[in-house]
Amino acid sequence: MTRARSAGLLLAAPLVAIALALAVAAVTLAITGADPAVVLRDALAYGLRPATLIAVANKAIPYYLAGIAAAVGFHLRLFNIGIDGQYRLAAFAAAVIGAAAALPAPLHVALIVAVAVAVGWGWAAIAGLLFVRRGVNVVISTIMLNVVATGLIAYLLSPLRLAQQAAGSNNVTTATIPESGWIPSLPVPGMDGSSGAVNGFVVVAALVGVAYWFVLHRTTIGFEVRAMGFSERAATVAGIRAPRLALLTMAASGAVAGLVGLPQLLGASHRFGLDFPAGLGFTGLSVAILGRNHPVGIAIGAFVWAFLERSAQVLDLAGISREVVTILQAVIVLSIVVAYELVRRVRSRQERRYVARVAEGVGA
Amino acid sequence: MPAWLAGPATRVALGFAVLSLLSAAFEAPDLFSRGGIGATLRFAAPILLAGLGALWAERSGVINIGLEGMMIAGTWFGAWAAWQWGAGAGLVAGVAAGMAFGLAHGILSVTFGVDQAISGLSLNLLAAGSTRFLSSIVFVGAPGGSITTSPPVPDFATVTLPGIEALLAPAEAAGIPIVSDAAAVGLGLLTDVSVLTLAAMALVPITWWILARTRLGLRIRAVGERPEAADSLGIRPWRYRFLALAVSGGLAGLGGVYLVTVASSLYREGQTAGRGFIGLATVIFGNWNPWSVTLGSLVFGFTDALRTRQELTVGVLLLGLGGLCALIAVRRALRRDWRGAVLLGVPAAATIAWFWFVRVVPGELVSFAPHLTTLLVLAFARQRLRPPAALGVPFRREGGT
Repeated sequence: MTRARSAGLLLAAPLVAIALALAVAAVTLAITGADPAVVLRDALAYGLRPATLIAVANKAIPYYLAGIAAAVGFHLRLFNIGIDGQYRLAAFAAAVIGAAAALPAPLHVALIVAVAVAVGWGWAAIAGLLFVRRGVNVVISTIMLNVVATGLIAYLLSPLRLAQQAAGSNNVTTATIPESGWIPSLPVPGMDGSSGAVNGFVVVAALVGVAYWFVLHRTTIGFEVRAMGFSERAATVAGIRAPRLALLTMAASGAVAGLVGLPQLLGASHRFGLDFPAGLGFTGLSVAILGRNHPVGIAIGAFVWAFLERSAQVLDLAGISREVVTILQAVIVLSIVVAYELVRRVRSRQERRYVARVAEGVGA
Repeated sequence: MPAWLAGPATRVALGFAVLSLLSAAFEAPDLFSRGGIGATLRFAAPILLAGLGALWAERSGVINIGLEGMMIAGTWFGAWAAWQWGAGAGLVAGVAAGMAFGLAHGILSVTFGVDQAISGLSLNLLAAGSTRFLSSIVFVGAPGGSITTSPPVPDFATVTLPGIEALLAPAEAAGIPIVSDAAAVGLGLLTDVSVLTLAAMALVPITWWILARTRLGLRIRAVGERPEAADSLGIRPWRYRFLALAVSGGLAGLGGVYLVTVASSLYREGQTAGRGFIGLATVIFGNWNPWSVTLGSLVFGFTDALRTRQELTVGVLLLGLGGLCALIAVRRALRRDWRGAVLLGVPAAATIAWFWFVRVVPGELVSFAPHLTTLLVLAFARQRLRPPAALGVPFRREGGT
């Protein structure tokens, strides 16, 4: 009885949040003079077409990786805002080295992945070291490191240095990675052409999700991280060294973040240019919050996020600014954290009442 | 050496003289130009306002990561109202928008007890998203406006100290190495200063006085140190945290208004460029004290203004910095502190070598100068910091979960 009720409560939180977000979106749409019901119907009709769903899945892969990277830090309340800089710097370095290397196919891809992971790891470790050694707030240091990464890339991504002017456009890019450093797409049965294939990196993303769950729940270090997350004092008393763990966690978060740009690099563009996607780090944070740090939850969150963005294309056709979706996303995050907090309070009140009842029974 | 000679004033004067001579020697024209000093003030003021905003919130025990979003709200609503009804209306609207976001942070983190970082970050997201949405409705189609920019926005009035021009301008134009630069600094600080800059500077002593000398300030600080104790004396922590967050958001919003009206003349998306976060850093650097926050924002404002200067000038500045590091390294070595000597000697050698071979600092690298400075200052500044004891801890009454 109580278990069923608490499970119901857990589900209630996301549902309430989504309902609230939809209400806000409807009001916003109504202000701009559109009929919310029509827009919603069109968006769903467009979003649920198979071709759109595949595009959504492809969009969701980097979101998922960014979400895992954020979740790794969340366990220790380390807010890795630096995922953005970490993955862009990692993808840039991987693109430069990948284009310069000549290796057989599996090794070439492995090299590119290794470079990306190492750069993400190292860039995040700076913030980790600053936090552990000098007590510098991770939020602030990673935000500053993002800007430094942006500047470094802008400096190096120049025809004078590590890049070249793309033929026939304003884009400046690194050299293209030879075909041995590409990963194939996975064709979806019943679909044709390039729009009917899922980015091959989805396999790596799934493996990362499994590894994340395994490390967290089946290894000593994962146990330490969870213990520290529950109660720092208890964990410290038990002999877990907080600084070492924080540094490790931060660097691990950066290593995962290093992968975020790779679906694009290995499976689509094969080079790093001015048009390389930016800002996925913040998406990752939101997605991790939505998914409550659980690998499956994050996958759902990433898919929802990508779905919202993709189906927003319908809004343009209807003459409505698609930025409505950004508001929708922010409201979802805000209402979901509030909803989870309320649920937590209700549950803890229920538990206390339950304990009180049991204690009364024992006393009598 | 007599004690007064070793004081900070002498050091500043000495550093100024050395840099002035260096800039003359390498013909770097605008290190101490009137325009450069004015730009430093204009770049420092928004960081100062964000820093004071962060100070109010943190003194009451709430980390305000949402400061950036409050600043964004200030830029958009400030620009919109200023474009519609003039600069004064922009001021009111920008501050009000910042306050509204500050109160939203209060509802989330104080009332509902949501993690303060998550609440702040989602507010940043909301501010960025909703301003873009509003731009697409309001600015698109307006003359000079687009989805990322507003039409031109009116400015605030500027004031000049009467007579200063006549007094210092001849010295500035004379071309005597140190004297002319000193005159230019004086002119930069005292001519054509926006009234909003003056207001920002006036807010420093006002903040100090309220927080350190009034009953209200005592209560805000008490809530930030020991909310349980304050609560037991009938001071309701929620109330004071909400109040502090409203002020905090209002100050950040004012910083946003400053960016659109004084530091530029229109709203541009991404205009805040992380200044809210730099403001948070100034509070740590300034040890939760308004005067040190001011000093910090001047340092960051100076490095922020570097991007308006010529690449060679930044190179000369780098040389000066390298020279300072080398000097300290030599002193460490004389005291047989070899680790310190190496730790400072290596960057000193690197910067001097850079200047020798490359001479200029490219604009891409200057673009992150304030952020790198923030990192370095936080990493190397003496860590005798004492944050408010209850900073970041949501307050709940015993038994109220």
